Amino acid sequence: MSDTHAQTVRFVRQEMMPERAPPIREAGAVKWLRENLFSSWLNAILTLVSLYAVYYILSHVLPWMVFGIWDANSLTECRAVRDELYGENASVACWAVLADRWQQLMFGFYPSEFYWRPVLAVVVFLVALGPILFSGFPRQAIWFSAASPFLMYLLLWGGTIWGPLVVIVGFVIGVVAFQLLAKVAGNIVGGLASIILPILFWLFAAGPLASALAAALPIGLTFVPSDDFGGFMLSFIIGIAGITLSLPLGILLALGRQSDLFIINKVSVAFIEIIRGVPLIVWLFTASLLLNYFLPPGTNFDLMLRVIIMVTFFASAYIAEVVRGGLAALPRGQYEAADALGLDYAKSMRLIILPQALKISIPGIVNTFIGLFKDTTLVVFIGLLDPIGLSNAIRATTDWNGIYWELFVFIGLLFFICCFGMGRYSLWLERKLQTGHR
Amino acid sequence: MTTMSDPPRESFRLSQLIYDTRYRSLTIQVVATILLAVMIFWLINNTVQNLAALGKDFDFGFLGQRAGYDINQRLLEYSSASTHGKAALIGILNTLLVAFLGCILATVLGVIAGVLRLSSNWVVARLMAVYVEGFRNVPLLLWIIAIFAVMTESTPSPRDFREGGSASMMLGDTLAVTNRGVYVPMPVWGPGSWVVVVVFLLSLVGIFAYRRLARKRQEATGQILPVFRVSLALFFLPAILAYFVMGGPVSLNYPELGGFNFDGGLHLRNSLIALWLALSLYTGAFIAEIVRGGILSVSKGQTEASFALGLRPNRTMNLVVLPQAMRVIVPPLISQYLNLTKNSSLAIAVGYMDARSTLGGITINQTGRELEGMLLLGAFYLVLSLAISGVMNIYNASIKLKER
Repeated sequence: MSDTHAQTVRFVRQEMMPERAPPIREAGAVKWLRENLFSSWLNAILTLVSLYAVYYILSHVLPWMVFGIWDANSLTECRAVRDELYGENASVACWAVLADRWQQLMFGFYPSEFYWRPVLAVVVFLVALGPILFSGFPRQAIWFSAASPFLMYLLLWGGTIWGPLVVIVGFVIGVVAFQLLAKVAGNIVGGLASIILPILFWLFAAGPLASALAAALPIGLTFVPSDDFGGFMLSFIIGIAGITLSLPLGILLALGRQSDLFIINKVSVAFIEIIRGVPLIVWLFTASLLLNYFLPPGTNFDLMLRVIIMVTFFASAYIAEVVRGGLAALPRGQYEAADALGLDYAKSMRLIILPQALKISIPGIVNTFIGLFKDTTLVVFIGLLDPIGLSNAIRATTDWNGIYWELFVFIGLLFFICCFGMGRYSLWLERKLQTGHR
Repeated sequence: MTTMSDPPRESFRLSQLIYDTRYRSLTIQVVATILLAVMIFWLINNTVQNLAALGKDFDFGFLGQRAGYDINQRLLEYSSASTHGKAALIGILNTLLVAFLGCILATVLGVIAGVLRLSSNWVVARLMAVYVEGFRNVPLLLWIIAIFAVMTESTPSPRDFREGGSASMMLGDTLAVTNRGVYVPMPVWGPGSWVVVVVFLLSLVGIFAYRRLARKRQEATGQILPVFRVSLALFFLPAILAYFVMGGPVSLNYPELGGFNFDGGLHLRNSLIALWLALSLYTGAFIAEIVRGGILSVSKGQTEASFALGLRPNRTMNLVVLPQAMRVIVPPLISQYLNLTKNSSLAIAVGYMDARSTLGGITINQTGRELEGMLLLGAFYLVLSLAISGVMNIYNASIKLKER
């Protein structure tokens, strides 16, 4: 066939043609530009407008930032340096305020000879975070994470070493009581004992024991009162404490809201809706103005602790709603399968339901954490010195009266880094835990 | 060989309260109720004791007393001789005002940013990503303070608007942006202007009725009536006609420079503008993500299927993509509105007199009624958010996938 065919055709090419470069319009930068920037008239206009906007913003902001002055002791000095270098009224930043006051922005009025303590606490925190966030760490490291809150408390506030130790002893009592009694009298009695015994211990035995030990063996660090805390240290303490405490509370509330038990269900719903329905700032004012009304006469406890409690309640109500969404998204069959396997409520939740529900709710939970961390700035209104409060305080001094943007940019940038980092981590975790086929 | 034995005799043992699932839930609930009652009694008892120790009583009578402070931003008539109750009302209206304005602007910004972030245009998409991430990851309080600082620090003062000054009014001498606020033209309602308003409202009703009619007609006969053009005409024409028939009863009062400040026009204070802009930009960033997620949630197959059916692009958008995207978008959108309303309590940072500043601020400070004031304030926000989530639940029920 092919032979005869070859005779009928006048010309058959014998060798391949050399490869030719694609047309300019369809290759390289030109193609990219055509497809991404100038695919239509509307797109071309949009591109030009937004390029101009970018240019306009950068042309104002970049020189201001890059030529900023780092070496001065006050705003007037800063202006003198600026006049000398760039001429009158040039618009440049005065970063010197950060060089001068960065310690205050970071630590508030924490005694400067003890700055190593918050720094060490941050290191402890980061090390403790490793085993929780990433799976590559040795399993034993989780014990360090469990001990880290006490270590961080000791480092930040100082005082005698025996206080945190006695609190730890309470937990140990709980665990031991459960181990012993669960074998003899069953899980439920053991569980009750593991709750009641430590509480009794903390209420009645812990205080005298700690003071007796402190009197006998005074080991510890210099005590620093909460009033001296401020700056980003304060934001971090409130944020981290709120995040750590609100997750378990939120999960419990979500389970309560899903529960069939009438009272538990209604109490959880009421708690969640009331907390969520009122702005955090109102809760903070409640904490600072009203909390003393609800406690026995004469009690007066730390404002920072009150704020942490309120922030925890607030965030846990939001987390409860997020987790509830995750619980509701699980197919009914998962609950039924857990029942069919004969697991009791606690086991079915711990082993079957919650791991899946929490995985679904990761983005929402992390968003709540980000919101909580950003909301720590609101404590400025009840008189705590968070970074924004300190920026007001710095502006009120004669040296730096009239400085705005440098402080705002610095504070905003630090918050941005933390929140953006949390958001990226949640995306990473979501991808890592993704088991479905898409 | 079967051994019949009597069924075990039903006897109630105390341990059944814990180990028998029939009774266990009852036990748990009874214990929870007792604990709850004890706690509530404890809290109330403490409160009563504390109030007694301070010599205070629990009384809302202060709402009827003379307030004695001024509110510069008000929607109703108010003077310092008015009552605390009136002041609280003014504050509540101010909260609702900034929340309403903020919801509108935030939706506009959010929809634009969300759609543009999906654009094939690289620069625009990146720009919108920067906007969204920048606003989402920095505290709202910082944005409010920063925008307020821009409004007060870098806008000209009214005296710069005088002859030979450095500033000038915008939009044909009708709008002045100063460091004391923004002055815009104010409509003056002359006699007979109510006719125009009534005609306008009637034409809104007409648009609504016409759209229903058009949809019924289409469902019954397949005939498509021109909806958009007729709606547009109905929106403008009757009101304009009424305006001219009545001899132009509505006129505009332009701001004019008199002495050291502007006279006339509507004065929008910097506190309101800064709070409004900051709330809208911040919430807009969240709404942009919601809109983006909603559009992405409609699978490409839906669009392709509707093209295959021969629908044109705008009909595809209106009839296929949007109804499905809205189901995903609307619930979180409404909860963002709720967040915006609650976040408006940050008005404290710029001195805008909202409910928290009047009822929960100055009134409490003047009367010393922290408990009552905070309770009322909390109740206001709670009712507001329960109302909004009630609306949301109704909407959710109406658009839920009807699975059979």
